[in-house]
Amino acid sequence: MQTELLQEARRQAEICNACRYCEGYCSVFPALHSARAFSDGDLTQLANLCHNCRGCYYACQFTAPHEFDLNLPKVLAEIRRDSWESFAWPQPLARRFHTHGGMIALALVVGLALIFWAIRALGSAGGDGFYAVLSHNAMVAIFLPAFLLPLLSIGIGLRRYWRTVGGTRIRIRHVKAALSKAARMTDLAAGHGEGCNFEDEDRFTHARRHMHQAIMYGFLLCFAATSAGTILHYVFDIPAPYPLWSLPKLFGVSGGVLLTLGCGGMVMMKRRSDQGLGDVSAWSGEIAFILLLGFVGLSGLVLYALGATGLMPVLLALHLGAVLTFFLLTPFTKMAHGFYRLAALIRDAQRD
Amino acid sequence: MTQYDIAVIGGGNAALCAAMTAAEAGARVLILETAPKPYRGGNSRHTRNFRCMHTGPLGPLVDAYSEEEYLADLLKVTDGKTDQHLARLAISRSEECLPWMQERGVRFQPSLSGTLSLSRTNAFFMGGGKALVNAYYRRAAALGIDVLYEAHVTHLELSGTRIERVEYNHAGVTHRITPKAVIVASGGFQADIDWLTRAWGPPAQNFLIRGTPYNRGVVLADLLEQGVDSVGDPTQCHAVAIDGRAPKFDGGIVTRLDCVPFSIVVNKDGERFYDEGEDVWPKRYAIWGRLIAAQPDQVGYVIIDAKSIELFMPSVFPPLKADTLKGLAEQMGLPAEQLCATVDRFNAACGDTSSFHPTELDGVATEGLTPPKTNWARPITEPPFYGYSLRTGVTFTYLGLKVDEHAQCSTSAGKIANLWAAGETMAGSILGQGYLAGFGMTIGTVFGRIAGQEAAAYAN
Repeated sequence: MQTELLQEARRQAEICNACRYCEGYCSVFPALHSARAFSDGDLTQLANLCHNCRGCYYACQFTAPHEFDLNLPKVLAEIRRDSWESFAWPQPLARRFHTHGGMIALALVVGLALIFWAIRALGSAGGDGFYAVLSHNAMVAIFLPAFLLPLLSIGIGLRRYWRTVGGTRIRIRHVKAALSKAARMTDLAAGHGEGCNFEDEDRFTHARRHMHQAIMYGFLLCFAATSAGTILHYVFDIPAPYPLWSLPKLFGVSGGVLLTLGCGGMVMMKRRSDQGLGDVSAWSGEIAFILLLGFVGLSGLVLYALGATGLMPVLLALHLGAVLTFFLLTPFTKMAHGFYRLAALIRDAQRD
Repeated sequence: MTQYDIAVIGGGNAALCAAMTAAEAGARVLILETAPKPYRGGNSRHTRNFRCMHTGPLGPLVDAYSEEEYLADLLKVTDGKTDQHLARLAISRSEECLPWMQERGVRFQPSLSGTLSLSRTNAFFMGGGKALVNAYYRRAAALGIDVLYEAHVTHLELSGTRIERVEYNHAGVTHRITPKAVIVASGGFQADIDWLTRAWGPPAQNFLIRGTPYNRGVVLADLLEQGVDSVGDPTQCHAVAIDGRAPKFDGGIVTRLDCVPFSIVVNKDGERFYDEGEDVWPKRYAIWGRLIAAQPDQVGYVIIDAKSIELFMPSVFPPLKADTLKGLAEQMGLPAEQLCATVDRFNAACGDTSSFHPTELDGVATEGLTPPKTNWARPITEPPFYGYSLRTGVTFTYLGLKVDEHAQCSTSAGKIANLWAAGETMAGSILGQGYLAGFGMTIGTVFGRIAGQEAAAYAN
């Protein structure tokens, strides 16, 4: 990891530790105040606990033009991204996407091309619905590795993270505590429960927390839809297409709507926020990732709406191409943050 | 141009409380804040809590804190130099202030780690004083209060028993306005080093100012020159011992150093000069400001060893560190031989340390040493050795405007019909010396509200 970034974070953390005024805002400060000196691992852990709510920045009497020049949300955002890049596997892909939105767009083009090629080359052996375009077996052959390989990669990254931050044996209560915080995103609500500072300087609102929850729950619902479909297919031998009043469709449609709206709203909010309080160099990568994720949701919804028309094969290819790209890039884009955050919250629960 | 009913001079807690109260009563209010927006809020930016009387659990406060107990605490730190009538007023009104603050956006948090002793008496602002100031500015905007930053008030024209006119500079242009009433809430004069030097003497040149660089006392001086009644000893300021590496201005809370009781403190000649273990640090940090001010070059040096490094709140900058005392002396620019001799003498005077207790007066004292160390006296022997420099840090000055229970100012000819004062600029009316944590915000809030109410009633 970058030593000058860590050194800057250490300088700032030491000032914060002598002040402590922000203790009630989020998980970062109680963890910070429990230490006296900050190892690289401590700073990496603090960085991954930080949700960039910016409450501490606007409350800070030592921000620029003060000579202490504190900007904890920014330096922690930079360390956070640097940590994901440092832990990512395989390394040659680690630093290609977080700071390069254009590369994410290019990857989407490649993903789409792959699916179009697959449709032409592999085609269908006469299935129904979507399977008339691309056979179930071909889909499995493409998406099973595209799902498992990134998972493996994330797993390797998390192991490296766990070692760096000095994590110990994980117990159920650690996971429960972490999931409870993640489910409510309490670290985006501040200690007083009134939200974070993002789109309008020091005004507290729940806008960002709600957008983020829409994205998270939207994504989880979409994932649940796919899982439900897989179970129906293999366990109950009920292949797609499914009617509206079925689990895959109920999850998928509601998830797709949440995902699309959440991503759209998040991009608009980010545009209104002060970029200087985040990881400026990852701006394009973050926006491109959110747009990709939103496009996954939107293309799924459109595919559902127009699935009975002649546009279906093209729409299917667009949706599958976006999903494929999203999956494959998971360890190397902002998507990784969900895994690291959860790990950080679990680690934080081990402090008690 | 808008005709304002009330001009509020200053932009910290007292000014905002006054402005909000007046605007809520229907007055048209202008805030003239001398600082630019990032530094708005005066010394309130650096505060962290509000000392509050309460008859039962209230907000973040546990148990009860009675008026009598609060007053007794105050009299203890001021050595009786307190206007009891005004002090009781501030204390008894503080209880209703807490919900009032919450209604205007202030949020509280549990007592900070390392400050548990205050959880009954002091309500901590979530995020500290700047968060409070931010919330009040948002509320002020919603109330239609106009705020002008970098507006330097130069003169209030006193004519008979009325302020006729307010003059201020903004963006290089002098403006003259004629509000019906004026509230002064622009703090003390401690950031005017020349004034401080005139009052205190040449050592003041070496003092550090812990708070805002914008409290230069311009309006205070202007009013005193025109014969407005003053209160407080001009030579008095609240001065504490802080990290010698702190910035000249605005270092705030983080520059405090809590390690003196576990140390020996020497001057630049390597000599001890006072009992470091006289009492627990919260009761002694204020006298150390004066002790350091009396040493050559107004500087002191704290020396501790490895045994004590974790016994106090972390410092803003890491301590200097060396494996030998000689090495530490070199790093600190101290005469090594003298320092080693002083430490040797101190170590030889230390006795049984088995009853050492870092948070209580443990009676672990030196024998036959001058000056003695009467508690926590453990030999400085275990490397690495750590050192900090100490300087005098000024928090606030006591000289201010004399007000009555209506926060109204006066001259020898009687009340000034349309001039009120609140906050640090009139705190000398209550506090003659000493300080009680969180009481400044109590004075600012209570008297800010009174001033706002009175000025609005007059203007309407």
